[in-house]
Amino acid sequence: MTAPVLELTQITRRFGDLVANDAISLQLHAGEILALLGENGAGKSTLVSILFGHYVADAGQIAVFGKSLPPGDPKAALDAGIGMVHQHFTLADNLSVLDNVVMGSEPLWQPFSRRQAARQRLSEVARRFGLDVDPDALIGNLSVGERQRVEILKALYRGARILILDEPTAVLTPGESEALFAVLGQMVAQGLSIIFISHKLGEVLRVSHRIAVLRAGKLVAQADAHATTQEQLALWMVGHAVEPPRALPGKSVGDVVCALDTVSAGTGRERLDAVSLQLHAGEIVAIAGVSGNGQTALAELLSGTRAAISGTVRLLGAPLAHRPSRLVELGVARIPEDRHTVGVIGDLPVWENVVSERLRSPVFSRWFWVRRAQARAHAQQVIAQFDVRGAGALAPARALSGGNMQKLILGRALLHPDSGAAGAAITPRLIVAHQPSWGLDIGAVAYVQQQLIAARDAGAAVLLISDDLDEVMAMGDRIAVMHAGHLSAARPAVDWSREAIGLAMAGAAVAAGATA
Amino acid sequence: MRLEKRATSSAAALVLAPIGAVVFTLLVSSVLVWWAGAAVTETYALLLKGGFGSVFALSETLTRAVPLILTGLAVTVAFKARLFNIGAEGQLYVGALAAVAVGGMHSGTGFDLPPALLFGLMLLASALAGALLLLGPALLKSRLGVDEVVTTLLLNFIVLLFVSMMLDGPMKDPLAMGWPQSVALIGDLELSKLIPQTRLHTGLLWACALAVVVWVLMRYTVLGFDIRAIGANARAAAFAGVPVTRTVVLVAMLSGALAGLAGAIEVAGRTGYVTLDMSPGYGYTGIVIAMLAGLHPLAVVAASVFVAGMLVGADSMSRAVGVPTFIADVIVAASLIAVLVATLMTQYRVRRA
Repeated sequence: MTAPVLELTQITRRFGDLVANDAISLQLHAGEILALLGENGAGKSTLVSILFGHYVADAGQIAVFGKSLPPGDPKAALDAGIGMVHQHFTLADNLSVLDNVVMGSEPLWQPFSRRQAARQRLSEVARRFGLDVDPDALIGNLSVGERQRVEILKALYRGARILILDEPTAVLTPGESEALFAVLGQMVAQGLSIIFISHKLGEVLRVSHRIAVLRAGKLVAQADAHATTQEQLALWMVGHAVEPPRALPGKSVGDVVCALDTVSAGTGRERLDAVSLQLHAGEIVAIAGVSGNGQTALAELLSGTRAAISGTVRLLGAPLAHRPSRLVELGVARIPEDRHTVGVIGDLPVWENVVSERLRSPVFSRWFWVRRAQARAHAQQVIAQFDVRGAGALAPARALSGGNMQKLILGRALLHPDSGAAGAAITPRLIVAHQPSWGLDIGAVAYVQQQLIAARDAGAAVLLISDDLDEVMAMGDRIAVMHAGHLSAARPAVDWSREAIGLAMAGAAVAAGATA
Repeated sequence: MRLEKRATSSAAALVLAPIGAVVFTLLVSSVLVWWAGAAVTETYALLLKGGFGSVFALSETLTRAVPLILTGLAVTVAFKARLFNIGAEGQLYVGALAAVAVGGMHSGTGFDLPPALLFGLMLLASALAGALLLLGPALLKSRLGVDEVVTTLLLNFIVLLFVSMMLDGPMKDPLAMGWPQSVALIGDLELSKLIPQTRLHTGLLWACALAVVVWVLMRYTVLGFDIRAIGANARAAAFAGVPVTRTVVLVAMLSGALAGLAGAIEVAGRTGYVTLDMSPGYGYTGIVIAMLAGLHPLAVVAASVFVAGMLVGADSMSRAVGVPTFIADVIVAASLIAVLVATLMTQYRVRRA
């Protein structure tokens, strides 16, 4: 191979006692896709931020095309030909594609914008890499996949030779991901180099040439994509073997626990449009779909924080109350999508967060006094049983890592305070889990999924909303797909192929699914 | 330069922060004292002596602290729930008016009720008046999203004009020689003195007792949890089942009631009647005190005594060395900034790039 286009030498960066990057050395060659694989907190983002000049490394050097890159200078990184596509787009909705691409690349004192030249250059770049976008379309009218293409175009327009993509498939449908991979192929064929950040093993193997695995700040392995396997990668990533939970189909499906009949709720993108669904005891119904197609409205509706506009929702035969504390009383366990801003109150101690849902019940309060002893004892039990680590019952909940926070939320939802005393476990009747494994490491994902399966086997109805297709297919007894507020019919998992779900996620087959 | 949140605050930082805050405050104020042409150490000595140096000084300071404790508590309760009540000043005045309306009108007959009952009614009326005054802004906030900072602040001016109208109209004291002041509270309702020959009255005990009540409420009750939960993260609180609107309304009533009581106790303990200048901004100073106290109900008492001591001390210092009394405002303001920054520094660290 030729000389590397990008060379990182012994990059080290500490945050207090935490070593986010520990003497990492990496090389990227022309025409190569290098996947940077690692769990959350492994140091991927820190490394890329150093590369792009947002952080300064405590030690180490970066060389781009043989020249040393000055630290802490994003503009120098841009000038050296490094382009970055963030997970969360940085585009102005009310401007056209062309405006967004040109914005910031023209000198301030130039009296007239050179629109014509810019337009020509943009369409030339787009043609060269097969990135087909209408330059005059408003960003606000584009789909997520198209917006991502604009972000990539923006980087290429500015002359990027090295492109960094941060979790690019997290927001895409399977079909859009395939289109992205094709574009990446064209780009490297023409001599560009790509760093592809991900924690999804399958797509990393599929798209990249070489894979570098980070764990706890260290570069633990590098391998050629064709010479390794998913199992091997997972082992490197986690450090020990992880058994993915096997969701055997539910054995006995019971009565209807919750029934939605032509329910509409919400407005704009987050809405439900005449959704009908039945959830039975002892089954997991998985809802697939790209985030932002009404899943949040559905989860909030069944969590008691959003009211339906029309249609009926019945829980255990009675109309659903629009009041969270009542739902919890009736046995609804709720796992919200955003654990940091909805799931826990970070400034309050762990124990108060554990009992917050049931504080009004006689177990934890008498008249208006909080029964602190009982509450703390229950919190200790949740901490012990659900293995919440990193902070004691009295520490503020924000001290917990994402995974431990999720365990706290699971424990709060699943462990009934009377369970311990009575001996027998009281399982929830309905579990509403919205993206329960989002952003968790592999071990925590397996734990969360096991808990849901165990609750299912104990007779709970589980509604699992996820935009991770692998999770949906692994967990769902029945699967339905959500697109633009519509929900397809929930059909047994065996009736769905991966391709069919992918098409439905893109909106194609929902009508067919609904009539089936 | 950027700030990074520390996982835990180090012990050294917790000790050094308040010391640093005091040093900063003294340095800033010294420059002004020196500028005014007085000896710096002498000025500080006189300031301390005037605020805390004798039984008389201390009694004056504590007398001044009573309304500050109550408005400080009012602000603390509201700010804990992120209800930014800037209207304690107005609530204090309507509380004072209500107290006189119950305990001074009807030609001083007091409705022929036993004094203890009338006293209770008087407190109830002023608490209710303050509570109702804040109810409107709270409902506007939770129903329509109207910013309570604007509504409560502007209500202060409306209330002051209303008080002015009452003092020149229905509640005017006919014996005040045309001076705008209300009729006086009947003698039975006046609070007794804690120390003879001083102005210090039993209102101090009421204020301290209420500080303990608020502390217990915040820490040990379901409502206290609801208030803290909404203040820390309203979305998560709603998800956990906290009745957000109801709690915000309750907080508003509680906060307004505390500020209203400040007015009643000030009338019953010190002035005896309502005037337009009975409060030199106690409602606004309550905000400073609540922040100085870190929104802790018991610390509000200490912060009130400190601020009151500075204000009283500055009066006597000014008479002696001729430094304007505004130095007290500078000291209080500088100490607030210093304490806020010092608290921040115990929770964050500064890093380069």
